[in-house]
Amino acid sequence: MSVVEPLLRVRGLTKHFPVRTGFRSAGLVRAVDGLDFEVRPGETLGLVGESGCGKTTTGRMLVRLLEPTAGTIEFAGRDITHARRRALRPLRQDLQIIFQDPYASLNPRHTVGRIVAMPLQVNGIDPPGGVKQRVRELLELVGLNPEHYNRYPHEFSGGQRQRIGIARALALRPKLIVADEPVSALDVSIQAQVVNLLRDLQRDLGLAFVFIAHDLAVVRHFCQRVAVMYLGRIVEIGDRDDIYRSPRHPYTRALLSAIPDVGTLGPAGRIRLTGEVPTPLDPPSGCRFRTRCPKAREVCAREEPALVVHDGGRQATACHFPETGPLTLSRADAVGPGGAAVVGVADAAPPGDGADRVDGNAGEVAR
Amino acid sequence: MDSPQAAPSGPPAVGPAVPGQRVDDEPYLRVDDLRVRFATADGVVRAVDGVSFTVRRGRTLGIVGESGSGKSVTSLAVLGLHDPRRSTVSGTITLGGRQLVGLPEKQVRRLRGRDVAMIFQDPLSALHPYYTVGRQIAEAYRVHHPRVGRRAARARAVELLDRVGIPQPARRHDQYPHEFSGGMRQRAMIAMALVNDPALVIADEPTTALDVTVQAQILDLLADLQAEFRTAIVLITHDLGVVAQVADDVLVMYAGRVVERGSVAQVLRRPQHPYTWGLLSSVPSLHGDADADLVPIPGNPPSLIHLPSGCAFHPRCRYADRTGDRARTQVPQLGPAGADGHLVACHLPPDARTRLAAGSPSERRMP
Repeated sequence: MSVVEPLLRVRGLTKHFPVRTGFRSAGLVRAVDGLDFEVRPGETLGLVGESGCGKTTTGRMLVRLLEPTAGTIEFAGRDITHARRRALRPLRQDLQIIFQDPYASLNPRHTVGRIVAMPLQVNGIDPPGGVKQRVRELLELVGLNPEHYNRYPHEFSGGQRQRIGIARALALRPKLIVADEPVSALDVSIQAQVVNLLRDLQRDLGLAFVFIAHDLAVVRHFCQRVAVMYLGRIVEIGDRDDIYRSPRHPYTRALLSAIPDVGTLGPAGRIRLTGEVPTPLDPPSGCRFRTRCPKAREVCAREEPALVVHDGGRQATACHFPETGPLTLSRADAVGPGGAAVVGVADAAPPGDGADRVDGNAGEVAR
Repeated sequence: MDSPQAAPSGPPAVGPAVPGQRVDDEPYLRVDDLRVRFATADGVVRAVDGVSFTVRRGRTLGIVGESGSGKSVTSLAVLGLHDPRRSTVSGTITLGGRQLVGLPEKQVRRLRGRDVAMIFQDPLSALHPYYTVGRQIAEAYRVHHPRVGRRAARARAVELLDRVGIPQPARRHDQYPHEFSGGMRQRAMIAMALVNDPALVIADEPTTALDVTVQAQILDLLADLQAEFRTAIVLITHDLGVVAQVADDVLVMYAGRVVERGSVAQVLRRPQHPYTWGLLSSVPSLHGDADADLVPIPGNPPSLIHLPSGCAFHPRCRYADRTGDRARTQVPQLGPAGADGHLVACHLPPDARTRLAAGSPSERRMP
């Protein structure tokens, strides 16, 4: 895999928003502060973190809806960091975005056919068989009835609207799609439909994804690699199984253990973070997580830890004192007091009382 | 921030005696055959159609369902918040022995906020931006304690802010909602809900707008407060993980009706209704095989104006044809599902359902 040239290469990507009170500048919101990552062709990278961590800002910079303050974005070997509109146009075909809100991202006055055809028209593309034929194919591809070509967005449910947004993103046969919380506005039964659709498209069309989400369980089902963000920085990045089974950053551990799981009844003894994410207007010195970190020491306030691969791990972790060992512990420990980490991985889950069924549900279904 | 609350079975140790407290076994809230209808230009919306349940003090009932299932409409009816000009509410709601439906607004107002309080999803829209947080809490107190002076009410507000874990409560008392972070606002709203020691708290998606690490804090806080004040809690949520963590009993709603009811272990570990099976297999988990597809529920939730005939779930149910014509022609009634107190509304013959319930989701998927 390492010989494959990355499709997307991001170096030192930064976005600072100036804040003004009246005429005076009141400082900078450091929304994104020096990100490095790569996405290979056909790969899915999950960008996860809590609100305010900069994941959406990052996504918008990748498709150039926002101008980066510093750093570079290379796409298919070309620097597109500050590419002009005209220079961007051919790239737009390869680089598309799906938005979170299926209600706000579709023009209510346009028919579905017109919405999905728009990228073709804007780019002056006349596909073989005509635009209408291509739009019908796209609607069918995302599981919509091609006969609904002339309907308006309000005639569709939330899940169907998100499919329309996906069809629009696929219209130009892109190589990379930035998906910004594509399923978080949907009900769970519908959410699963759309996640499965995205997975099928990813496999069948060999698409690369930057999948932005706050739901780590959804990301686990969709992404091969995961980057965890906190306050504008990546604190940990690596392959999915490494991140979920043996996370090394205390924040990743806390985040994973804070998720209430259907398989665990009753209160869970978990890692508890105190307080909330500090303001990006004035991030803490040194390690940005130190104000909520149970392991923080003096050096953490002084030096910002670099994102490096530590001994015994495969993922890169930005921490002076990375954790070791798997984040497992069984349910039996879940009820006990104390801050024991309780995120079981499948092979650590104890059997009994039908728990297997609830936990292993998705696992038992053959494709 | 551990949660030293009692095991899901049985109420926690007896808290401070509350005047007018009833015998433990007597449910504090009893809802019988609740129906809520709205007349709209398109037809009558049967938002809630024959819902019954009870909640005892010190216990938490989780109401689960997707958007449009009627869970929020049910809770607003318990608070007497449906406008009689726009809606028709029938059935009985008994709160500590008093029948609520049909009570004059003046008397309902005396109960609301004192005996039953509400925590909303979005604290920013539930708090008034123009008044300080402390003033709003103090006002909620003085409405039901008219002889209490300003100073005493302020002291009470500060006491509550302190109790819900807001640092520097005296200073925070004089700040405005916009000066609070999301988690702090939700704490402030919990303080406001608890200021009159209500016997029942209805929490409608109380943590949905919050980040997961903050959600964990708020759920712990609710559990602590419940253990201390023996509050009955009705928790409305779409998140089965949250239900697994905090609920004692669960009500699963679909299209305005209860499809399954029982203890949290019964409903989540030995679910009996095909809709509950579908919900559980739709949720991505942190356990199990991450590469397997989720098993969504096919189709979309129905319109409440044109409900499907018979069982409202039958168009989406994989097993509807096993019931002969009954799924399409008869509305299933809530009946015993085997274990004590476990109820299900489904036409499937008990032996077939038991066999399916015991099987894995993949077997269930087979037609």
